[in-house]
Amino acid sequence: MAIIEIKNLDFAYNREVVLKDVNLTIQQNDFVAIIGPNGGGKTTLVKLILGLLSPLKGTLLVDNKSPQKASPCVGYVPQDVHMNRSFPITVIDVALMGKLDPKQRWSRQSAANRRDAMAALDRMDMAAHADKKIGELSGGERQRVLIARALATQPKLLLLDEPTASIDTKGREDLYKLLKKLNKDITVVVVSHDLLVISRYVKSVACVNKSLHYHNQAEITGEMLGAMYLCSVEEVCPVELVGHGLSHREAAQHQEEYR
Amino acid sequence: MIEALEFEFMRNALAAGLLASVICGIMGTLVVVNRIVFLSGGIAHAAYGGIGLASYFKWPFLPATISFSLFAAMLMATVSYSKRHRADTVIGVIWALGMAFGIILIDLTPGYNVDLMSYLFGSILAVPRSDLYIMAFISVTMVFLVTYYYQDLLAMSYDEEFAKIRGVSVKKYYFGMIGMLAVAVVLVMQVVGLILIIALLTIPPFIVEKYAKSLFQMMVASSLLGAAFTVTGLWLSYRFNITSGASIIMVSGVAFLISLIVNKIRFAGSEM
Repeated sequence: MAIIEIKNLDFAYNREVVLKDVNLTIQQNDFVAIIGPNGGGKTTLVKLILGLLSPLKGTLLVDNKSPQKASPCVGYVPQDVHMNRSFPITVIDVALMGKLDPKQRWSRQSAANRRDAMAALDRMDMAAHADKKIGELSGGERQRVLIARALATQPKLLLLDEPTASIDTKGREDLYKLLKKLNKDITVVVVSHDLLVISRYVKSVACVNKSLHYHNQAEITGEMLGAMYLCSVEEVCPVELVGHGLSHREAAQHQEEYR
Repeated sequence: MIEALEFEFMRNALAAGLLASVICGIMGTLVVVNRIVFLSGGIAHAAYGGIGLASYFKWPFLPATISFSLFAAMLMATVSYSKRHRADTVIGVIWALGMAFGIILIDLTPGYNVDLMSYLFGSILAVPRSDLYIMAFISVTMVFLVTYYYQDLLAMSYDEEFAKIRGVSVKKYYFGMIGMLAVAVVLVMQVVGLILIIALLTIPPFIVEKYAKSLFQMMVASSLLGAAFTVTGLWLSYRFNITSGASIIMVSGVAFLISLIVNKIRFAGSEM
């Protein structure tokens, strides 16, 4: 069953076309990496899926519903760098935000919600930090809390926007392992720049640069990079890509075609 | 200080200061965490246009001023909600225009002159009882609204996008918050003055932010800290015969500097 279904979607900010004729179907239990250059429309695509933006043309269904209707079953993990670190909030309160129900008023969250939030933190190994202020944690720990918050919503789809931006290499590896574990029962879509690390964990790759190319396999080929990043293979990653049978010169020609 | 309280005007000044601390503690917390300090300055200054309108057209003071500042606040909210990066410029323009508009109208008002100083520094020593009741009423309303909508305000302030995804109507709360800010600013301003409002709105929440573990704690602690500044400032003003509003602000400013130094020492070496 498809959890995300995008057909002929166009999107533009003030007449500047960001996404053009995008088609994408993501099946349940897929683990998709969305890659592409900065400004290529990755984050825009994420916001469309979340229903924060509306497409100019085309259709977008999440869990067979409009994104706005489906958003409660989507666990969104934003980029940590955009968050206010000095904000007066504890780890458990961040996780509790995942249980937020706008119909429910007054300040206290129910005990059941607290248990759920605590369980989500526990799943991310963050339960011991529950009463700490969010600003006291390291970048990797904060990211785990944000994932716990998304898990507390009991999502069918976990959507992460560059989750490793503030994490070191070792931390990245751990995070992707964790996502792989979560992928056992949740569909995971992750926007990322860690091309090499991620190809070891994901099941498929979507390249976004105005248009979208979906590859139902984990390997990231030089061809994809040439098409997507319009820069030389050496600049992106020097070693592994050559192994895919594409010489640097060919890759260079490739990028000429796309210009 | 005790003997000073024998005078009714001193008791009223103290009550007005304490109520202003509560209102500013609550609103200031929201202002600081949502980073709309500049916007609240804009509202407070643009409100002068309302004072001009009231005196030129002989309209009743409070309704005219509140309507005008609500109008200016909604303009600023519209710009800051949709175009975050352009917002500060536009707010600056509305800020300046509102004040200029007010000053010209007051110039044109025959035989009547509102003292600009009393608008800036208020007249906390001449607060009538009726104003105290109005301030008490807003404080209670505000405590109620903030408690009732606490989760939504928290979610909006911490992570607007996530709040939207959870189904919180962020736009409604954003405009609601700024509307509430406009009303509170005007009502408290005519009592304690524009400068004191901005000081009480920003300094206590800023000092408290590093220690508070929740918005609620931050609101309570800011109110208490604001109250402490007000009492100390009023005492200094009585003891040394200096302008009360200014002395409250000086006390807050000194506390602000001390907190900066303490933070520097406490968090030395860590990423702050």
